[in-house]
Amino acid sequence: MKDFTEKILSKAAELGATYADVRIVNSKSESIQVKNGKVNTLASSADKGFGVRVIVDGAWGFASSFAISDEEAERVAEEAVRIARASARLKKEDVKLAPVDPVEGKFKNDWKIDPFEVPLEEKINLLLDADRIQRQKPEIKISEANMQFWRTEQTFASSEGSYIEQTKIESGAGIEATAIEGEEMQRRSYPASFGGDYAARGYEFVEQWDLAGHAEQCAKEAVELLKAPQCPSDIRDLVLEGSMLALQVHESCGHPIELDRVFGTESSFAGTSFLTTEKLGKFRYGSEKVNIVADATAPGGLGSFFYDDEGVPAQCVDIVKEGIFSGYLTSRETAAKMGWRSGGAMRADSWNRIPIIRMTNINLLPGDWTLDEIIKDTKKGIYAASVNSWSIDDKRLNFQFGTEVAWEIVDGSLGRMLKNPTYTGITYEFWGGCDAICNKDEWHLWGVPNCGKGEPMQTAHVGHGVAPARFRNVRVGVIESPDEEAEG
Amino acid sequence: MTRNNGILFGKERLQEIAEEALRLSDADQTQVSIQVAKSSLTRFASSIIHQNVSETNGAVGVRAIIDKKIGYAESNSLEKEEIKRTVNKAVEFARHQQDNPDFKSLPSPKPLPPNMPQTYFESTASNTPEARAAAVEDIVKTASKYGAEAAGAYSAAVYEQAIANSLGINVYSAKTSAELTMVMTADTGFGYANRVAQDISQIDAAEAAEEAAKRASDSRNPIAIEPGEYDVVLTHYCTEDMLRFLSWLGFSALAMQEGRSFMAGKIGEQICGENITIWDDGLDPRGIVCPFDGEGVPKQKVELIVNGVAKAVVYDSLTAGKEGRESTGHGVGGTGTHGPFAWNMFMQPGDATIDDMIASTERGLLVTRFNYTNVVHPLLTIFTGMTRDGTFLIENGRVTKPVKNLRFTQSILEALSNVEMIGKDLIKQGMATVPAIKVRKFRFTGTTEF
Repeated sequence: MKDFTEKILSKAAELGATYADVRIVNSKSESIQVKNGKVNTLASSADKGFGVRVIVDGAWGFASSFAISDEEAERVAEEAVRIARASARLKKEDVKLAPVDPVEGKFKNDWKIDPFEVPLEEKINLLLDADRIQRQKPEIKISEANMQFWRTEQTFASSEGSYIEQTKIESGAGIEATAIEGEEMQRRSYPASFGGDYAARGYEFVEQWDLAGHAEQCAKEAVELLKAPQCPSDIRDLVLEGSMLALQVHESCGHPIELDRVFGTESSFAGTSFLTTEKLGKFRYGSEKVNIVADATAPGGLGSFFYDDEGVPAQCVDIVKEGIFSGYLTSRETAAKMGWRSGGAMRADSWNRIPIIRMTNINLLPGDWTLDEIIKDTKKGIYAASVNSWSIDDKRLNFQFGTEVAWEIVDGSLGRMLKNPTYTGITYEFWGGCDAICNKDEWHLWGVPNCGKGEPMQTAHVGHGVAPARFRNVRVGVIESPDEEAEG
Repeated sequence: MTRNNGILFGKERLQEIAEEALRLSDADQTQVSIQVAKSSLTRFASSIIHQNVSETNGAVGVRAIIDKKIGYAESNSLEKEEIKRTVNKAVEFARHQQDNPDFKSLPSPKPLPPNMPQTYFESTASNTPEARAAAVEDIVKTASKYGAEAAGAYSAAVYEQAIANSLGINVYSAKTSAELTMVMTADTGFGYANRVAQDISQIDAAEAAEEAAKRASDSRNPIAIEPGEYDVVLTHYCTEDMLRFLSWLGFSALAMQEGRSFMAGKIGEQICGENITIWDDGLDPRGIVCPFDGEGVPKQKVELIVNGVAKAVVYDSLTAGKEGRESTGHGVGGTGTHGPFAWNMFMQPGDATIDDMIASTERGLLVTRFNYTNVVHPLLTIFTGMTRDGTFLIENGRVTKPVKNLRFTQSILEALSNVEMIGKDLIKQGMATVPAIKVRKFRFTGTTEF
């Protein structure tokens, strides 16, 4: 491949590029979904191609193709240069990149069992077992179990002398039970909703969740929710379970710390950020208990890598320190504007997308409580679990989330189950009310495989390490009671 | 690979690849979909071009069926060896599968309707980065006239697709698409405009820029108002957002069969206002024209809601087979097991203009656009989201001042039961061609700081 990348880099230089890089990506994935006792999806996908990014006349150009051939290499290099020249018609200043040391090397993440080598029957049976147990409850009308695997090989070469080869295997799985009765539809999932949990691990990661062992409880809770009272509209202390808190971190911390958003380059699509640069080092993002890092080095993290797609090494960057906003996710270009070196957060969906700033693993550091202690210490609260819906404004301030289930907390004990829980707030006020975070024994690094950003749309795999935590005085129960059992 | 814009492979070559792939399969039934596409996008922000990209890509999808066992494999390579590997993988997966009792058969060939509207436009296929940069220059000029900064994306794409199956389906289409979207920022004011077309020459960048820039300028210095119930004038951008959710939640036969559609058990019943009629039609050139679905079945017009009464849903071959009927041409391709989808929707226009709607409103809000909408309760069609890019207070029949954005939490069907006026203009958006509407008592549940 080195001949191929050399050819492109020298062609780009010959045509006037002052910087160029090439990424070749070869990936495959496998997806298995069982639904109501049958294998609904058994699918394999393979994808390869290369993308060329250049700076010409101080502006960016990018072109890509699925046909890896010498002829196409030349055409794509020419196209990237032509596009950059068109970009240069509208620039205020030349693109500047923060320096990076050139690297040559070959890297791969750790996995014990290659999921693509596990017999299909074994994988299918694991899902069918869980699905069968979920369907023992007649109220369960939709029972699903799924697993997904990716293998990605990427080569990165730059005109500054880097040549980096990285191989990654990622795995994920989950189950979901939907109970329907009349106008009521309720869902429970395990270990997390929208497909489960994901990690940069092998098949051992799927096995560790013991899906079949949790299927009965999952179905039972979905059925119980049908008859559960509506979550009241009130101000309560809110205790969030890990997978829900992971999404809270994702939406209200992960996105607003992307420095490209802050500079406005996402404003026409996903929006901008309230965390503008004058707030750095001063703004109180949360309570003193809140410490958040962006850690691309976390073992097994879905947002972990060795080098980002600009050849910058993976790092652990402080984001919030004792509640004070302290750092951003950066690229070489955005870092240069601040006079920094890049924090290494540039990643592309695949060969056919230009790298943009993406979350790595945005982790809320553990505190010193246990969940039992938090509940015992809460007088009038709600313990809410598993993501159901999410929405946040385009500066990442006003959010509203719905969870699959909640339980009332009364005088230090978990009480009745509540359906259709929702909660809402303003990001910094919400995090300002965080007064208890569980300890490292309850901390888990969740994987989110579907973070959308950019135009054309890119999907990134990111991670969020969290332990359950408590937030004081949160507005819960936004939707009105849809039935008579509702209580306010 | 072609060195020019325009047709990439052509009908003959693409269908040849599809037929060759079919011959390689020894499954009982096989479906092959071959696509080749070239898409380009110019992205601008702070009034400069900051991303400018192009992609040439292929796609091969093979659905292999042995008895009632379905296996699926896909790849983006059109190389002979790779196509063979993809076919073999689909067949291997089918062998390892279990019976899908819902499966009856892949669809049989049906003639495409005569006088098919045009789907390929040379203007779009031959669009260049220089032409897009020139349009962006014009947009930036308009922005500065209003003291605004422009951000957005301008894209053009050409797709060719051939679908063939072992029962004789063998169809080809060349399609183009273009989209211009922009957000303008004028100090504390924001504005938005979006245009979609299959023929890029129909997109008037200057006129779109004027719309967004004027709105940004008008929405400067918004005041805070209390959440609560307001009469709202919603632009076509908002209407499309609501239809998109209805389609996703309930217009699919799979959602009906699984009982998770808001239409389940309600066909023939009044589910929203009598003035609401919604249908899907992939062949109406007022929308985005799409001659056949992901299984090669010609698109049929399906009336979904007529005068507020739930009428029908859309089918693909699997959901149709289960009910012993025929597909309506709404399959999405791929494994074929994720259900059909209505994505060429229309809403019956009325006779009002946005100005009429404003003039008839004593106290209410004019909403340009929704942001980050998501479903809170699927069967009750409750969704939540924020207003964005220009929200205004209407008092005594006039727009009086811009307001800070609000969060709404509202049932879509309830909103469509409270539609007081419907716009006379049908405007083409990504998934639906829709009018603006005026809705009584839209429920706002929160506020934000800008």
